[in-house]
Amino acid sequence: MSLQSFFVWCEHTVVGTTVRESIWLFPVIEVVHLIGLAVLGGAILLVDLRLLGIGLHGVPVSSLARSARPWLWASLALTIGSGVLLFLSEALKCYENPAFWLKVGFLVVALLFASLVRPRFTRDATAGPLRFGARLAGAISVLLWTGVAAAGRGIGFW
Amino acid sequence: MLVIVQAAEWLEATWLSTAIRESIWVYPIVESVHVLTIAVFLGLTAAMDARLLGAALRETPVGVVMARLLPWIRAGFAVMVVTGLLLFAGTPVRFTTNVFFQIKLALLALAGLNVWLFHHRLFPTVQEWGAAASPPRHARLAGAASLVLWTLALATGRLIAYNWFE
Repeated sequence: MSLQSFFVWCEHTVVGTTVRESIWLFPVIEVVHLIGLAVLGGAILLVDLRLLGIGLHGVPVSSLARSARPWLWASLALTIGSGVLLFLSEALKCYENPAFWLKVGFLVVALLFASLVRPRFTRDATAGPLRFGARLAGAISVLLWTGVAAAGRGIGFW
Repeated sequence: MLVIVQAAEWLEATWLSTAIRESIWVYPIVESVHVLTIAVFLGLTAAMDARLLGAALRETPVGVVMARLLPWIRAGFAVMVVTGLLLFAGTPVRFTTNVFFQIKLALLALAGLNVWLFHHRLFPTVQEWGAAASPPRHARLAGAASLVLWTLALATGRLIAYNWFE
């Protein structure tokens, strides 16, 4: 099965068809997707600003990361879950949409970074300023997630 | 209401409104910035509200959380308001006659009132109650009201794009 025929299959699933044929489902799922974006943004920024030394300084980043972690994964589940529903309803449009592929690329890198690289720097229990590596990790994380969100908004404009 | 519609018609005829409406790039960029600021403004506001509810950052006093996050929340809010006004200026007649926009304005007023009440009634005594892992009832109420009002403002804001009732 080619990639394109997989996207055609996605579009014809019961879920994809239901979302596409409803007047209000797509907008409502979009709202859920945006609420997820807000929570995700908060959970990411709280830790990244601290890594950068311009947020909750004085509070150890390890404590912030522990507090933010359940919100981070819950909001990721919400945005990805609602995002998949939106995708299924217009899979073929996405297949031909460069912004969609850019978003998927950013998302994969951001998820890998958040699960493999950033945790190395968020275990630091010191209350003061952090090493250069930690600040770099915070900056990369902010840029990656901004890329995910900006490319995501771009899907609608393409 | 007629005065408001007339004002909107006047604004729509200005060069600024025409420029925003007819530009290929300005509108998508301004709208994207407006949406992305949700992550900064609403995300950090939600973190602050979660602290007020005792649901996150329980070991850090409320006063410390607010002192560190408020500059970012204010900056995010400023960008949001400016981009929001530009989006409004692009198609003011459509906005003023859109029911979701009207509801959103009412929600923003209520959210603003909640901020004002919090800062004048509760925040001055934050040193006394802010260290508790779970803040007193009024503070939790302010946090919950903030979460609900801003979430509804976000929802109605997104729905302005759909003209179900026009």
